[in-house]
Amino acid sequence: MVQLTLPKNSRMTVGKTWPLPEGANNLRKVQIYRWNPDDGKNPQLDTYFVDMDSCGPMVLDALIKIKNEIDPTLTFRRSCREGICGSCAMNIDGINTLACIYGVDEVVGDIKVYPLPHMPVIKDLIPDLTHFYAQHASIMPWLETKTNRPAKEWKQSVEDREKLDGLYECVMCACCSTSCPSYWWNGDRYLGPAALLHAYRWIIDSRDESTGERLDDLEDPFKLYRCHTIMNCAKTCPKGLNPAKAIAHIKKMMVERVV
Amino acid sequence: MAYLTDRKRAAGLGSAKTGTEHHWQMMVTSVALLILIPLFVFTFGAILGQPYEDVLAYYQRPFPAVVAALTILVGFFHFRQGVQVLIEDYVHGLARKIAIILMICVSYSAAAFAIFAIVRIAI
Repeated sequence: MVQLTLPKNSRMTVGKTWPLPEGANNLRKVQIYRWNPDDGKNPQLDTYFVDMDSCGPMVLDALIKIKNEIDPTLTFRRSCREGICGSCAMNIDGINTLACIYGVDEVVGDIKVYPLPHMPVIKDLIPDLTHFYAQHASIMPWLETKTNRPAKEWKQSVEDREKLDGLYECVMCACCSTSCPSYWWNGDRYLGPAALLHAYRWIIDSRDESTGERLDDLEDPFKLYRCHTIMNCAKTCPKGLNPAKAIAHIKKMMVERVV
Repeated sequence: MAYLTDRKRAAGLGSAKTGTEHHWQMMVTSVALLILIPLFVFTFGAILGQPYEDVLAYYQRPFPAVVAALTILVGFFHFRQGVQVLIEDYVHGLARKIAIILMICVSYSAAAFAIFAIVRIAI
């Protein structure tokens, strides 16, 4: 049966409240999920105060400031700081998003930061995305061809290239999959919105010659049909993509093959 | 703990090569119910609150009886398919299979009793 409550060792506890910075006039309260695999304690919610007069505008800026100036043990992934690498995906103010492109001013009240939901936590804000990446690899995210020619560039019409718009922009941040209740309950078998969006990106590619095999691999009550069009994926995607629409297109193609 | 590669764990037992038929049946029965439910409501509503003999006579006419029978049949088939998805979502392991079997028994039994009642009135 689905587990509707957190296991005992995952239940949140009240954490440390760090002191207010001296001489600050523009303070924001930031509460961050902390869990250290080495100390054997339950996760806790630590409270920090950030002086926004000396901090950048994004939530990632606040996290970096906390790590640099208040608590160097705070652990999170980050890289590009402009929404293209997908590293800093986390749950901010109840929404899965990228910390680097989510403004502090978009949050009303205290800023609450948790790791992406329903994934094993490695430390603090870092989820274990091993299975998520393996699912992505399983849909063969590359061009599959069977004919040898042309031996050089494979051409694509402007119209066919346009079909990839809204698909190729995905940065695999996992915000969508970890916001999906179907992925929470059956993530071991359901591929999730991100992997399915990528699957559709290759199914619809005019140059790919494995369309049938790709559809065969997806035709499964769990891999594909766990999607119930809940639409959390489209709502939360920090890149403004619509994985639910891509999944609906795959289902439509499945029906096309049968009826 | 099993020493599986991440890729093998993600692939699982592979594709079941099924699911589209279930999806198509859900769509077809949804559209059918979109027509049948209003028909049933209007035919049933027309006789609601009338004397017993009038209700019997009404359901001996072909149209109300067929509409009622079709709504029951398609409705319970849709229910059976939909609840199966619900069980697959939330129940795991052996309990999933037992719940699906029970749900199928309940759906078809309820449909059978309802059809028996309609036929008994109609004939």
